[in-house]
Amino acid sequence: MELFELTALELGEKLRSGEVTREEAVEAARARIRAAQPANNAFVTVTEAPAPAAEGAASPLAGVPMAYKDNICTRGVRTTCASKILGDFTPCYDATVVERLAAAGAVSLGKLNMDEFAMGSTSETSCFGAVKNPWDLTRAAGGSSGGAAAAVAAGEVWYAIGSDTGGSIRQPAAYCSVTGMKPTYGTVSRYGLIAYASSLDQMGPIARSAADCAAVLDVMMGKDARDSTSLDVPAGGLLASLTGDLRGKKIGLPADCFGDGLDGEVRSAVLAAAEVLKARGATVEEFALPVMEYVVPAYYIIACAEASSNLSRFDGVKYGWRAEGYEDLGELYTRTRTQGFGTEVKRRILLGTFVLSSGYYDAYYKKALQTKAVIKAAFDRAFEQYDLLLTPVAPTTAPKLGESLTDPLKMYLSDIYTVSVNLAGLPALSMPCGFDSKGLPIGAQLIGPALGDAAVLNAAYGFQLDTDYHRQSPKGGDEV
Amino acid sequence: MTWETVIGLETHVELATRTKIFCSCTTEFGGAPNTHCCPVCMGMPGTLPVLNEKVVELAVTAGLALNCAIAPVSRFDRKNYFYPDLPKAYQISQLYLPIARDGAVDIGGGKTIRIHELHMEEDAGKLVHDPWLDQTLTDYNRCGVPLIEIVTEPDFRSAEEVIAYLEKLKETLQYLGVSDCKMQEGSLRCDVNLSVRPVGSAELGTRTEMKNLNSFKAISRAIAYEARRQIELLEEGKRVVQETRRWDENKDATYAMRSKENAQDYRYFPDPDLPGVELSGAYLEHLKASLPELAEHKRARYQADWGLPAYDTEMITSQKTLAEFFEALVALGTDPKQGANWIMGQVLGQLSAHGLEAKDMKLTPATLARLIALVKEGRLNRNTAVKVFEAVFVTDGDVDAYVKEHGLEQVSDAGLVETVVEQVLAANEKSVADLKAGKEKAFGFLVGQVMRQLKGQASPAVVNQVLRDKLG
Repeated sequence: MELFELTALELGEKLRSGEVTREEAVEAARARIRAAQPANNAFVTVTEAPAPAAEGAASPLAGVPMAYKDNICTRGVRTTCASKILGDFTPCYDATVVERLAAAGAVSLGKLNMDEFAMGSTSETSCFGAVKNPWDLTRAAGGSSGGAAAAVAAGEVWYAIGSDTGGSIRQPAAYCSVTGMKPTYGTVSRYGLIAYASSLDQMGPIARSAADCAAVLDVMMGKDARDSTSLDVPAGGLLASLTGDLRGKKIGLPADCFGDGLDGEVRSAVLAAAEVLKARGATVEEFALPVMEYVVPAYYIIACAEASSNLSRFDGVKYGWRAEGYEDLGELYTRTRTQGFGTEVKRRILLGTFVLSSGYYDAYYKKALQTKAVIKAAFDRAFEQYDLLLTPVAPTTAPKLGESLTDPLKMYLSDIYTVSVNLAGLPALSMPCGFDSKGLPIGAQLIGPALGDAAVLNAAYGFQLDTDYHRQSPKGGDEV
Repeated sequence: MTWETVIGLETHVELATRTKIFCSCTTEFGGAPNTHCCPVCMGMPGTLPVLNEKVVELAVTAGLALNCAIAPVSRFDRKNYFYPDLPKAYQISQLYLPIARDGAVDIGGGKTIRIHELHMEEDAGKLVHDPWLDQTLTDYNRCGVPLIEIVTEPDFRSAEEVIAYLEKLKETLQYLGVSDCKMQEGSLRCDVNLSVRPVGSAELGTRTEMKNLNSFKAISRAIAYEARRQIELLEEGKRVVQETRRWDENKDATYAMRSKENAQDYRYFPDPDLPGVELSGAYLEHLKASLPELAEHKRARYQADWGLPAYDTEMITSQKTLAEFFEALVALGTDPKQGANWIMGQVLGQLSAHGLEAKDMKLTPATLARLIALVKEGRLNRNTAVKVFEAVFVTDGDVDAYVKEHGLEQVSDAGLVETVVEQVLAANEKSVADLKAGKEKAFGFLVGQVMRQLKGQASPAVVNQVLRDKLG
């Protein structure tokens, strides 16, 4: 087995035993990046490996090469959000997660491509060009953390840190046959994540396995004094808690997630995954979750409203890119923002500006917040019955490049299974559960109750003990 | 037709915290441009606000002192607008759930001003225009300095009432330690909303809002100008336009800045980066219990308990430090009226002579109490005591040591006084004759001669008595 086919924990073990040196691991990754980048465009910036962390970094992932989505601030390394407007913006500070991972011995090799400002479902809105799916280079890698999913799938890094506002970790993980986790809102500090929608954004890992995700989250999670929305709850111990034992667990299948609009092959693969979980001792049953029809509109109103405010600071005055040829302050703003943002970002800023405007606030934003509360209550009720929920991640497998952007509404609707999780602040994981007849990966989503991150990871861990979808590499693994 | 002026105020007060509202940068005034900032207050991408708890404490304290209802849960909202002095392009403020509401301030003369609300917010930076380079530069030192905005109901009917309210507000906030209220440093700023209506009318006229009022004088003049302008418009059959106007200090006039039609839509919404501010009953009780005694209570108490004249109580409570000094002095056994006289005369005189503020004074109440006691005991005469006071004031020197070292103790030895009186009478026969001929002025001359011989250290009362006795 080649080094790039190992999981992050397996590589970590070899690094600790001395079987592989840190330099060998870095060089193996860099060779893969050199080979894959021209094809899949997963990276925005490739950096030199940092100096080794202090001796005795305790994490089982110490020395394992990884990379960050390019909306996570890295001191001294440009952070672009894949947008022209940030230009060569180089933060003078690290995100809290970057600090924590570096202290645990993470070796960052660069910054990963994404949809501009994390707005999109295909990683095609990047000003650096679309990310291509390593399983089929004519198809999208998913989004918005498409670069993160593609880089892990192509074996360029052993894990990556993405962000998830409405499915941006889980959906690309599903399209690329890797494992991605969005933890409970508030368990990972958002300090240093360039905000899209603050009340929904959460960072998380994309890796080869649920165990890898658990190991990364053990480092990332925990209260941070710099983020007032970070929760003061016990962190760590996720990796150690994995047993794969699902005896006595009740798993609910929301019927509303298996109805119209769902591709037949995806449905079959997810239902087959339910059988695997059942075989490990879980009981599985269908139930009604009749809020699904409201989740997409509520999500886009809240996310766009927050985005319209969060992205106002990109005005050409202080940092980033500034348009030329302005006569006064108004023109400086208008030209910079008109030329600096891409179409999808501008669409969402305008939508958000509209729903917050005087006279429309109550009709849209306030109503969306009320809907959010209703959705959260519906999930709370479901978790009185079930330990976990199982759904598809996306209605279809990866679309052809260029197909989605022509119909934004269709693209928004494809987020239906993932956005409800962000609205309710819940933990959820996407795991590979099969391939369609075209050979494209299919993902299943496990959703847990708030702070039920360990249960989600444990179910996925159990699933991966009995399946090998997560160990498949594109085209046998030696080509990209 | 006679007209009535109706005024409401929005006052911004900078809170006296050491650090900013959402980061740990200093709030110190001045500093080289962009040296009191960090990624958080400069609104750099990915940074997040963390509320300074001291800001909540000071805002609640102010709210309680202004008799407001304190909200058990309040929230921060974003006020969105583009301007280069606002690096996030939104100001974190409170719109939907402010921390305090429905207060009242008694401004004297039986008049009460109702407080509509009091909310917390962050200050913006400032722009500096460089005419030489024709460039505008930004200085973000002020960004994130904590403010409270206090909004009144339209309860004022004159500039005098506005000034009385602001004086009261300033005194109260200074006593609470909530703000230093220095208008010249911008730590107290005021916007005036003004309309006029026929006397007797119950409806409010169309109002204008005036900004850039940097002194009480500017406020008074701007109110007079704007009321006259609006009345003239209405009397000419024209209408008042609802707009924001800027006071021009040099031209003594207000100018239109922007009309309501061009008013911005701030698209307020709850800030998702900041959880609600929840205050427990115990916390509120604690702050209520630790509210300091305010000036008006002190004045009433000084008059009632110690019989001080109103004038004295005004002078002494004009600064919290002075009032505290005075109370300590009385606690050390000093007669209140004596203590008040010394503070109003010597203490204020020396502060002014040395260009000091009361809060920077080194002199302790114990030192002054000792000095006053020496006078009372007859061991120093008052003129000498004043000289001793001036000598010990700056460094809080030792009164007894100074008196001893300079041999200033008052001569209370009646025998010595008698001997000196006899010598003076013998040496000034002409004056004695004049006195006996009815020239009372000669008596003063003789007293002066005796005091001179005794180097001013005798009790004037004793000298008078001995002289009268000898002259029989």
